[in-house]
Amino acid sequence: MTRTRNLYLIPYAAWMLLFVATPIVLIVYNSFFDVEGHFTLGNFQKFLTPVYLRMTFNSFWYALLITAFSLLVAYPTAYWLTRTKHKQLWLLLVIVPSWINLLLKAYAFIGLFGTYGFVNSVFEMVGIGTQQILFTDFSFVFVSVYIFIPFMILPIYNAIEELNPSLVYASRDLGASPWMTFRRVVFPLTLGGVKAGCQAVFIPALSLFMITRLIAGNRVVTLGTAIEQHFLVTQDWGMGSAIAVLLIIVMAVIMLMTGNRGARNTIR
Amino acid sequence: MTQLVRLFLAVFIAAFGLMYWTSYLNSSHGYSGSDTLTIYNWGDYIDPELIAEFEKETGLKIIYQTFDSNEAMMTKIEQGGTTFDVAIPSEYAISKMKEENLLLPIDHAKIPNLTNIDSRFMDLSFDPGNQYSIPYFWGTVGIIYNTEMLDGKTFTSWNDLWSEDLRNQILLVDGAREVIGFGLNSLNYSLNDTNEEHLQEAKRKLGTLTPNVKAIVGDEIKMLLAGEEAAVGVVWSGDASEIMDQNDKLDYVIPEEGSNLWFDNMVIPKTARNLEGAHKFINFMLDPEVAARNTEYVGYSTPNAEALKLLPEDISGDERFYPDPELTDKLEVYKNLGKKMLSHYNELFLEFKMHRK
Amino acid sequence: MKKNGKLAQSYLVVVFLVLYAPILYLTYYSFNSAGTMQGFEGFTLEWYKEVFHDTRLFIIVLNTVVIALLSSAISTILGVVGALAIQRVRRNRPRNTLLAMNNVLIVSPDVIIGASFLIFFTMIGIKLGFTSVLLSHIAFSVPIVVLMVLPKLQEMSPTLIDAAKDLGASGWDVLTKVVLPFLRPGIFAGFFMALTYSLDDFAVTFFVTGNGYSTLSVEIYSRARHGISPSINALSTLIFLFTISLVVGYYFLTRRSSRKPDWGVVQP
Repeated sequence: MTRTRNLYLIPYAAWMLLFVATPIVLIVYNSFFDVEGHFTLGNFQKFLTPVYLRMTFNSFWYALLITAFSLLVAYPTAYWLTRTKHKQLWLLLVIVPSWINLLLKAYAFIGLFGTYGFVNSVFEMVGIGTQQILFTDFSFVFVSVYIFIPFMILPIYNAIEELNPSLVYASRDLGASPWMTFRRVVFPLTLGGVKAGCQAVFIPALSLFMITRLIAGNRVVTLGTAIEQHFLVTQDWGMGSAIAVLLIIVMAVIMLMTGNRGARNTIR
Repeated sequence: MTQLVRLFLAVFIAAFGLMYWTSYLNSSHGYSGSDTLTIYNWGDYIDPELIAEFEKETGLKIIYQTFDSNEAMMTKIEQGGTTFDVAIPSEYAISKMKEENLLLPIDHAKIPNLTNIDSRFMDLSFDPGNQYSIPYFWGTVGIIYNTEMLDGKTFTSWNDLWSEDLRNQILLVDGAREVIGFGLNSLNYSLNDTNEEHLQEAKRKLGTLTPNVKAIVGDEIKMLLAGEEAAVGVVWSGDASEIMDQNDKLDYVIPEEGSNLWFDNMVIPKTARNLEGAHKFINFMLDPEVAARNTEYVGYSTPNAEALKLLPEDISGDERFYPDPELTDKLEVYKNLGKKMLSHYNELFLEFKMHRK
Repeated sequence: MKKNGKLAQSYLVVVFLVLYAPILYLTYYSFNSAGTMQGFEGFTLEWYKEVFHDTRLFIIVLNTVVIALLSSAISTILGVVGALAIQRVRRNRPRNTLLAMNNVLIVSPDVIIGASFLIFFTMIGIKLGFTSVLLSHIAFSVPIVVLMVLPKLQEMSPTLIDAAKDLGASGWDVLTKVVLPFLRPGIFAGFFMALTYSLDDFAVTFFVTGNGYSTLSVEIYSRARHGISPSINALSTLIFLFTISLVVGYYFLTRRSSRKPDWGVVQP
């Protein structure tokens, strides 16, 4: 073990202090003031009312759904991508759509999912009949998964790439079925990538906004929407900050919990 | 490793090359000189040809920056750090900005065209004597409906929205003041009401509207209504005129109980550097011919009486957008209710949004 | 390694179809003479002509690309340094604290980051414009790079480094010849994620920009008030085609020159 001092920490810590710690301090500071600039704890009290608690529950529920579906779609995609001929190229092509502006894509989805949209014309043609797709939970989760999927595919893809193929062959040689091999060898060994992907999806999904209005028509109200409202519409920065502070605390708790378990898991 | 280094080198070289190109383009098009005037306005809220004309006439170069909400605009102006010579906020934002000393007084002597403005739209409660603001456009809030989709059903009252046969047919605009406001109006209360009982009553009444509400949306409401995604919408008159331009099956009505009367006015924020140019610009926009062309481009109602005379009869005579004085009397301008009340309105609106069908 | 079966292939086809559906939709309507995103009236190239005549729009596109490239390159470097720093912290608690700090900016909604950066920049007197936008884009990209690189770093077995040291490699050599090449997939993933974040961001940029400086997403959001003009569709189509050709071109160029079809994975 080397005893070199952790030189890398200096630029990183300096950066964090400037651009992470300062904004947090500003947010925490703000959260203790009401709209008229008086010191108060009322913002946190208000958070404990049924409206906000239900909103919190909603946010977590939808974030969970979005993460689960992303994983469900992303894992097979990543797995099969690693076995294609031009895999690096295909991987890049998974990312490219996310470089087109989100608002434009959201408008495109409104067009695709609308009553007279493309999807409904297909439904009409195959005899299912016109359905309401836009402004439902389904469309909300679908579009969110669409947005986040590259962030799930990328780390899983990397983890699968890393997998030593001889382990797979060994398992096969020992008579394991493909499913058994996947469950006992491939999946556990790519868990690191899965974890990174879930974090990269779940955490931002908690504070989604925009899509809640464009695709869900405000039928889904998340904490992110509320924060956006408080900052941009009510100008009640105190309440907005208070929600943000709680969100940050929850996130930290999740990180600490999964972080510890992750550390134990990596001991082979 | 070499591959990594090569990639990053390529990225940096490309970035600096492009930066050089940008600054070349900026200087060759005059965007970085000192003779500039920065206009801070809503997106696509002015005829771009008029900007070009103003530039030609005065030799000033206009930098046109846009915002998408009054609140975001105020935050930027409050924090400073950017030059804005002229901004175009709505009336409630003006009274707020006035309170917070974010505006500079306008010198009426430098704006001879001010006489063109209809006196009805001058000296209003949010800015007595028009010390800080000059009217740009005005409008109302009302119901837009698709006559064909509803088999000729018409609307006269806010209460028509609660009709049983409108299940899942209504789109609402995403604004607390607008939605709570028509809730209050439908009960014949003022939309500036601060009586807690009245507000709770309005909230309960709005709660019973939820089965009819398909979605609460922003600017995309125009595209949705024009595309017949829903049959009814509660919208600003300016949006309504745009929707009706795209789809002539739609009609707009200002409900009989009364509604909101709104203004977008030109102001000079405290961040202004080119005061002379700002006054010139405001005066230019008030020119009857210029205002008339701008009105035809934007489609909102103009407060400029002289310009109105120049507009074709089918615009200036349209009662839906230039209602007769009898109805105008029932319209109310949003009062600045104070931050506390405003946040209460938003709280109620949030509860309405969370109300499940 | 086995080739993909029928099922796998059709799965990937469906995934890619969905990924590109909104973009195809946007492209289709960029040729619509009606000027809206519903009801196709007739074919026209008018909107493309409009794009080429709009110098301001072109400057904005250049701004966007410059910010995206610079911020993702710088944040990748910082992020790798950060990941190395976090990895070197041996004790669990400070390490998890650092990680949680790292994730704060990912969980904070854009509006809050934007607003607090605005306060911060005006406080320390940074002029709003290019610098402030660049700094904030770097700020929210660094954490995601760390998140992408860290799992790779944890996978790396310490014996690899020890072996290099035993063979007489200096600290610098170990870093450039052993660690960084091993981290390459993570670094690439981080870089592309940062690029994605930067290109997509609206809320943060909106707050910290000023003095005539603008990026594409801010411009699109403010133009959306009057419905999205088809010239924006046309522009997106052009940008999309440009990136696709860049990505494909880059891929095949590097393939031909290096003659190494796959990075790191042994083919049986």
